[in-house]
Amino acid sequence: MYQFNWRPVFDNFDLLLKGLVLGIGIALVSLAIGSIIGLAAAFCRVHGARPLKFLAAAYVELVRNVPLLLIIYFVYFGLPLLGLSLFDNTWSFVLALSVYAGAYLAEVFRAGIEAVGKGQIEAARAIGLTRLQVARHVTIPLMFRVALPSLGNTFISLFKDTSVASAIAVPELTYGAIRINVNTWRVIEVYLVVGLMYLAACYAIAALLRQAEHRYRVMH
Amino acid sequence: MLSSAPLIARGLLITLLVSACVLLLGSVIGVGGGLGLLYGGRPLRLVVRFYVDTLRGIPQLVLIFAIFYGFPAIGLQVSAMIAGILALSLFCGAHVAEIVRGAVASIPRGQTDAALGLGLSFRQRLRHVIFPQAVVRILPAWVNTAVEIIKSSSLVSLVSVVDLTMAVQQVVGRTREALLFYAVAAALYFLLNFTLSMAGRRLERRFSHA
Repeated sequence: MYQFNWRPVFDNFDLLLKGLVLGIGIALVSLAIGSIIGLAAAFCRVHGARPLKFLAAAYVELVRNVPLLLIIYFVYFGLPLLGLSLFDNTWSFVLALSVYAGAYLAEVFRAGIEAVGKGQIEAARAIGLTRLQVARHVTIPLMFRVALPSLGNTFISLFKDTSVASAIAVPELTYGAIRINVNTWRVIEVYLVVGLMYLAACYAIAALLRQAEHRYRVMH
Repeated sequence: MLSSAPLIARGLLITLLVSACVLLLGSVIGVGGGLGLLYGGRPLRLVVRFYVDTLRGIPQLVLIFAIFYGFPAIGLQVSAMIAGILALSLFCGAHVAEIVRGAVASIPRGQTDAALGLGLSFRQRLRHVIFPQAVVRILPAWVNTAVEIIKSSSLVSLVSVVDLTMAVQQVVGRTREALLFYAVAAALYFLLNFTLSMAGRRLERRFSHA
């Protein structure tokens, strides 16, 4: 019979809590960088010249069909072998997750851009806005409202994906679980607590996002 | 390069094997779970709902670690590969259950009423009326899930299963040829998933004509 002993888990709870915060932080930063990449890729795909269109499509399709872990290994182990040792493990992971997120966000933004009515753009052009101004003041704000629910879902996925960072010893939540497990061998307790923490965080984020969606929802 | 080919080929085979097992087991769990959500009594619905919502809120890697390290602690010996397959199947099942539930729920109520009017039994209704229509709506989402599962299968390398990712990692460690071998792995994953997506799209077109 398995004897439960919660002591070791709660004695090391700060490790898990710090890990959780780091995970959410990494997901946020990656979402931000990924949004910039994704926005650029989406505009290239919709409005870009032919070679740009192709490049953006190739990036999106390639990254979406390759495991995140492989991208992490490429950035963390591959780049230094090629003479590029710029990042520590946490920033390597942020870079990998941003590139990964960018491909998903490109599709989210593309759907958003395509949902913006032609009439809106023509009206903006007619009052004398330049193309850049149209993008900044019309397409992007409208697109964000359409994209908000998918953006939220992507954020939750990214947060869950931060668990893979434990593969290169980034001290996030899953790595905290591994460390406590190695030191104390309280397997069941650790993973029950960690699973609950992920679950609670996911639902808390989802609840916050629903509120944001409600505030910024598209009026029909 | 050539001396590494057998290792990579074996890794690819393991990736295929793990993914196929997960998709098979996950789909069985998912169809059962989906039907439970739709037609089960209140207790069954609650249990399945709890399973689906829990599994979808926990990272796959945590599930894999929990089973791989957790099962031996309660006296169940599992190999790394079985632990990985089990964990990913549970995750896959939760997603498929939600897909099946959504697809069946989106079929107009009139279809069921008409089938009832014809005097079809519950099983006949499912088999001849609901399922043929639901499949068209399940397929695109199922293919997306399948792609996700093939990608997630790389996580089993973190409990030391020598799949494609692990094989390439070992080869890079030995040869220091990062660009070449990571590109090979990426190309193999890409081909696998892209083919699957294409096949899915073709099937979808065929079903929707029927």
